[in-house]
Amino acid sequence: MAEAKAPQRPLSPFMLGPYYRPQITSVTSIITRITGNALIVAAVLIVWWLLAAATSQSYFNVANFVITSWIGQLVMFLSLWAVWYHFLAGLRHLWWDSGRGLEIEMATKLGWGVIIGSVVLTILTAIVI
Amino acid sequence: MQYLTDRKRATGLGAAHTGTHHHWSMQVSAVALVILVPLFIFTFGHILGHSYAEVTAYYARPFPAIVAGLTVITALHHLKMGAQMMIEDYWHGVTRKALIIAVTCITYAAMATGILALVRLALSHGA
Repeated sequence: MAEAKAPQRPLSPFMLGPYYRPQITSVTSIITRITGNALIVAAVLIVWWLLAAATSQSYFNVANFVITSWIGQLVMFLSLWAVWYHFLAGLRHLWWDSGRGLEIEMATKLGWGVIIGSVVLTILTAIVI
Repeated sequence: MQYLTDRKRATGLGAAHTGTHHHWSMQVSAVALVILVPLFIFTFGHILGHSYAEVTAYYARPFPAIVAGLTVITALHHLKMGAQMMIEDYWHGVTRKALIIAVTCITYAAMATGILALVRLALSHGA
């Protein structure tokens, strides 16, 4: 630090809460973070299922029962949407990082594209699988 | 008198006090996952729900096993860094450090478990 006392800097309020109205850009941004971090559940479940398959038939039956139970299927289906959402939001992020698509109108379109695209991809994947 | 330039005084004042390499590493793993995630969704999604014999035979094949291995490593690496970014934004001090250590342990443990499982599945086929 240049000074012994921390200088008073202006703080920008968090995008959620009473400071700003919800916008498609801020809402799609926080959902990107939520979906990305929530995917740890699916990651741990899948790795456990692989471990069970590599261990024995009886252990596989346990893990396979959990992952194909109705709650397991719900988790996997929501994770499928989460991964497609995070996938599209990540593509948007890479596009923004290249310095393009940052105009408000374009950013709004990309936000709707991520939401609608993730739902379409989830349904298509569920049909194909 | 100011001995430091404004830029020098501003460097490292973000939530994590550093981050360019972290950001670049996120971009690299993100691009890798653009290819890996669809491949993993359709290979894993295809075999999920099948019998023990079918699952073990499927992951004994090179393509599904390599896709799963690459996805396990890359996705968990990306998840580790993304979770760290979230922790650095919302927590401070000892809590922040403890959470980052916990996330690091969980993701590396999951990575090791996934790789071990895939190697066993690949080597045990026909045994």
